[in-house]
Amino acid sequence: MAFSFVPADISIRFLPRKLLFFVFSTMLFLASVGLFLVHGLNYGIDFKGGILIEVKTDGPADIESMRSQLDALGLGDVQLQEFGEPDDVLIRIQKQEGGDDEQQGAVEAVKSTLGDTVVEYRRTEFVGPTVSQELLIDGVTAVLLAMGAILLYIWFRFEWQFGVGAVIALIHDVVATIGAFSLLGLEFNLSTVAAILTIAGYSINDTVVVYDRVRENLRKFKKMPLEELLDNSINQTLSRTVMTSVTTLLALIALFVLGGPVIHDFAFAMIFGVVIGTYSSICLAVPLLVHLSIDRNRSAEEETAESGA
Amino acid sequence: MIYFAKWKIAFILIVCALGLAYAAPNFAGRDSVSKMPAWLPNKQVSLGLDLQGGSHLLLQVETGAVIQEQLEAVMDGIRAEMRSERIRYRDLGVLPGAEENEGHGVSVTINDLAEFEQARNAIRDLEPQAQISSDAGTGVIALTFSETEINARRLAALSQSIEIIRRRIDETGVREPTIQAQGGQRILVQLPGVDDPERIKQLLGTTAKMTFHLVDVRNSRAEALAGRVPPGSRLMPSADEQNPDGSPLMYLIEKRVMISGENLVDAQPTFDSQSAQPVVSFRFDSRGAKKFGDVTTENVGRPFAIVLDGKVISAPVIREPILGGNGQISGGFTVQGAQDLALLLRAGALPAPLTILEERTVGPGLGKDSIEAGKFASVIGLIAVVVFMALAYRRFGLMADVALAMNIFLILAALSVLQATLTLPGIAGIVLTIGMAVDANVLVFERIREEVRAGRTPISAIDAGYSRALKTIVDANVTTLIAAVLLYLFGSGPVRGFAVTLAIGIVTSLFTAIMLTRLMVVTWLRRAKPKELKV
Repeated sequence: MAFSFVPADISIRFLPRKLLFFVFSTMLFLASVGLFLVHGLNYGIDFKGGILIEVKTDGPADIESMRSQLDALGLGDVQLQEFGEPDDVLIRIQKQEGGDDEQQGAVEAVKSTLGDTVVEYRRTEFVGPTVSQELLIDGVTAVLLAMGAILLYIWFRFEWQFGVGAVIALIHDVVATIGAFSLLGLEFNLSTVAAILTIAGYSINDTVVVYDRVRENLRKFKKMPLEELLDNSINQTLSRTVMTSVTTLLALIALFVLGGPVIHDFAFAMIFGVVIGTYSSICLAVPLLVHLSIDRNRSAEEETAESGA
Repeated sequence: MIYFAKWKIAFILIVCALGLAYAAPNFAGRDSVSKMPAWLPNKQVSLGLDLQGGSHLLLQVETGAVIQEQLEAVMDGIRAEMRSERIRYRDLGVLPGAEENEGHGVSVTINDLAEFEQARNAIRDLEPQAQISSDAGTGVIALTFSETEINARRLAALSQSIEIIRRRIDETGVREPTIQAQGGQRILVQLPGVDDPERIKQLLGTTAKMTFHLVDVRNSRAEALAGRVPPGSRLMPSADEQNPDGSPLMYLIEKRVMISGENLVDAQPTFDSQSAQPVVSFRFDSRGAKKFGDVTTENVGRPFAIVLDGKVISAPVIREPILGGNGQISGGFTVQGAQDLALLLRAGALPAPLTILEERTVGPGLGKDSIEAGKFASVIGLIAVVVFMALAYRRFGLMADVALAMNIFLILAALSVLQATLTLPGIAGIVLTIGMAVDANVLVFERIREEVRAGRTPISAIDAGYSRALKTIVDANVTTLIAAVLLYLFGSGPVRGFAVTLAIGIVTSLFTAIMLTRLMVVTWLRRAKPKELKV
């Protein structure tokens, strides 16, 4: 039996509820910005510099005794955390005072202190202050440029109203994801930036599909009230939107559950992004078009010109 | 959209066949692949350090120090020239350059303007690459290096550092290291399979500039320690000897370099025949041997200091002239210490100190676990999507599934052929592609469903479905591709691996959805000639 989550004759009225969506999204946006400003982000060592060491201990780790051993070194803020398994410990050490050389000294001090408790150094990462600055700048640049490039592309392919709508939805998704990271205290690192860029791509992908249908319908049904036309466009593509979100989520959930602890937060960011991206395409990007004064005559003119050619 | 030219069919099939062929080596073991004939595709996906285990080090070459050192040498030259010409001068110093702590020239003022021409001529010959500017009215003479010249020297220091690093790492026996310049001042070192890089970091952190100086015995060391260091000499700490209070023992040595490490041709760790202590024996080239012979002949009975990176390793008394150019350094070494010093001396000195800016080391255990987890997640994700598509679109879903499997082979083939590095985020990119690759098919199938409901015949519905969905598919994928490209340009390390697989995945999934699935759908349509279409 072939099936679809969405019946063929579905007709959900989204547009009449647009005020609700706008209020919800505005609140989500403001809350995210607020969280970011007040609570901040749990930056990983990629962006704030410092040392991360993952060790496997001989038997279940005695985190308390390891903590007191490492605290005695006077390296400042040292965090220990069980990572995936009871004998797997993640050690985070803040950026050391001084330059890049001081950081190296700290790594050596930790290794000699832990000595025999550790059977395997699974991973040692150290990012000096010079590089972490650059990585942060590069990351922010990449996200901003990606948004700008996407805006340009949409502008080029559609009319400017669509570009604006798509980018508002995009910013909404990116900010909400950052808000979620702030709220949950998840580590914000290079992989997170990769996830955010992918979310941006996915969110736009979703928006473009619906917008494409809106444009097609604008040409087909010149007399139909705009809100009804937008609702129809959403409903016509709803089946696809849901199907694609489900397949993508299936793959991502597999990654989230089975992909191992290193990839865990990355997969979470992506899942969150897919959900929020799907929501914003339908409930934000399309209803926004009502307020962006689409020039329906212009679409009509283009249509005549095209059919005449 | 439902007619395929013969060549197009051939093209699609050839691409798929090549995809399978080039993906195949990844499913064979490394050993069996190396035994395959050379004309067969035999490249496997190269794994990033986060998957195979290894160490990634980003080093900064303090090229400013090289320039500074060269300027100091120019100043020494000026001092010597002025002394031999008996010209009096003042205000000898480095001219500050554009960057902090970095000069770009040297200037000096001549006291007696009558000697100005003579001084100018003497200084001009010191550095042929420098521009000389002078003001006869004030007596100021400046030697400056152009921006191009400074950059050339920085670059020379960088490539020399790379060469020395390569020699040092080769000596440690690490296999297939990657050592490359990154920008004008940085060197990226990747060491596959190295899970404890402490020793290598130590080797790279040592400049290993070795010089031989005579110990100043004419002046009092106590006077110098009290702050009255005689000109031409300097105090230098010992590498391992300590005063009773724990501070390093200071030697008063002559500044003049008698012989430098550049003249060494070999150094080996060995044991002293009498004390059985680990020592390093060394051999000079003919020039070094001659100088060494001369110095030891003229200074029998005086202590001779061996200095490494500003520290006195030992200062043995010269008992007799050493003429063969061989010598040995004993400095209370451990066996490892003697080995390392010999290695450093053989490989040569770094032109400038190195700083480690970034280190990422993954042990082999974690890398293996990551691959296992990644494989497992991919397979489960794949099965879930395959089953879901088959349930949702039945026959068409199965066709999309075949295309999806093909898609994965194509990604593997592309990664193998391009020798792009697969990282853990890269695996995540593949898993994500599995989810998103079916999007294009979903768009088409949903469209076909609509067209069928609108009362079209199967052929016309499929034709319309493909042609109408195509534009949307392209628009939707170009945006994701934009994100992937920017990610590649601005990302670093593992994130780049993610961008690569994401971009490859977008291209291959477009191919499989628009070409392969369509070919399957159309072929089925021709054969079965269905009266009605159930999608």
